Formats: sequence, structure tokens, C-alpha cells
Amino acid sequence: MSVKLSTRQVGDVSVVDVAGRITLGEGSSMLRDLMREMVGKGQKKILLNLGDVSYIDSSGIGELVSGFTTVTNSGGEMKLLNLNKRVKDLLQITKLYTVFDVHEDEAGAIRAFA
Amino acid sequence: MRENKHHVPETVERLLDSTLESVESAEELALSVAQRAGFDDDDLMKIGMAVRESMVNAVVHGNRYSEHKKVRFSVTHNGARYTIRIADEGEGFDFNALPDPLAPENLMRTSGRGIFLIRSFMDEFEMQRRSPSGTEVTLVKYMVSK
Repeated sequence: MSVKLSTRQVGDVSVVDVAGRITLGEGSSMLRDLMREMVGKGQKKILLNLGDVSYIDSSGIGELVSGFTTVTNSGGEMKLLNLNKRVKDLLQITKLYTVFDVHEDEAGAIRAFA
Repeated sequence: MRENKHHVPETVERLLDSTLESVESAEELALSVAQRAGFDDDDLMKIGMAVRESMVNAVVHGNRYSEHKKVRFSVTHNGARYTIRIADEGEGFDFNALPDPLAPENLMRTSGRGIFLIRSFMDEFEMQRRSPSGTEVTLVKYMVSK
């Protein structure tokens, strides 16, 4: 299974439910395209729910960084939700865990947006 | 993990095209051998990711998806060491010029973490220039705890 992306709106926060594999190729490019599309539409508050992500490689990590930079540079905020142990471990060993604003419950994450 | 006394030594070799499909098939092959060798889920994840990153380097950065260039892939275990070799036919690169992905100035780079992850997940990692061209990487996971 490659990646599956679903978007929903909770108040003024755009939640992206990500499922599957974020890896070089389709998985990474789909996420990149969606993030750019959302920023292009003026969406400033983006919450990536990674709870159903089974696998992420260095390309996928790069897309999370790219998305974060794209959203931040447009004056918006991007946060991460529901990291499983593997994704959390990866972000920790790459020292990115503290770069991202990571949450474990959706309501708290929504409230954390300015 | 415990010493592997019950699994039969095994070697598998493949000559692969420079495609993303080859990345997937090499990862699957490496994992199937690793499972038979008796690695646990945590080690399987690390092996799978190290193989994926190495294959991506060979296909994308080494052979640049060339249909004229192949990736030589082998995986072997002997009860003590699980070894993967991946060789491309690309131009090669300066290993020493790789930026440190953990340096503050590099943290927000969107690439450059692959080799760092491979080193993190395997017990040994070696890169060698091949003659007349190409790069060969050797990844080793010990089958007995250090």
C-alpha cells in the first residue's frame, strides 16, 4: 500500500489523515503536492495526523521538513499528531522531534494552534 | 538477539534494474532472508530501512535511473553475520563530502539523511569505489548481541 491522504476541516484547522507509506516516489510526491496545494489555497493551520503511517523513509522525512518549511514560510503553522513508535524514533535520531510541534491527542493539537 | 543456531546459512544474489521497483524488491528479498535468519521485528525494521536507503542511493544517485546500468544486490547470512552488498555503476561521489545531517545548519535540509540512517541501523557500514566505475556498499548486522 502506498500513501493515502484524506483532508478534513476542524474549525479553522485543516487536518490531513495520512495512512500507509511515505517513501520515495508516489508517497512523498503526493504529500508534497497536497501541502503545496493547501498553502496555495491560503490554509495556514495544518495538522498532519500520522497515526496510520506504517513506514517512512528518509525521503518521507524530507517531505515533512519541506512541508513544515513551506507552511511556516507562508506565515502558517504545521503540527504533527499521533506518531507511532517507529516514526517517533526516526524523528528523534534525526534530531527533528523537537523541531516539530508533536501532539498525541487531536483536541489538544487543535487548541495549540494560535 | 540470540545466536542463530537453527537457521541454515543462505545467500541470495540479484542483478536489478535501476528502478524504484527494484528498491521494493530488494527490500522484500532482504527482509525475507532476515526473517528466516531469525531477526526480531525491531531489527527487521532497521534492516529494511537500511536496505531501502542503500538501494535508493544506488538507483537514484548512483545509476540515476539509467536503463543501461544495473544494481548488483546480494544478501547472505552464516549464523553469525547478516551481510548485504549493493553495487551500482554510477560515477561515485566523495564520501567525505557528505554533510552532517545532525548539524544545526543542516537540520532543515530536505535530503541527506539516508547514509546517516543506514549507519544508525546497522552494525557495520562500508562504502567502496568499484573499478572501473560505481560504488559498493556493505551492510552488516550481527546475529549475536554485541
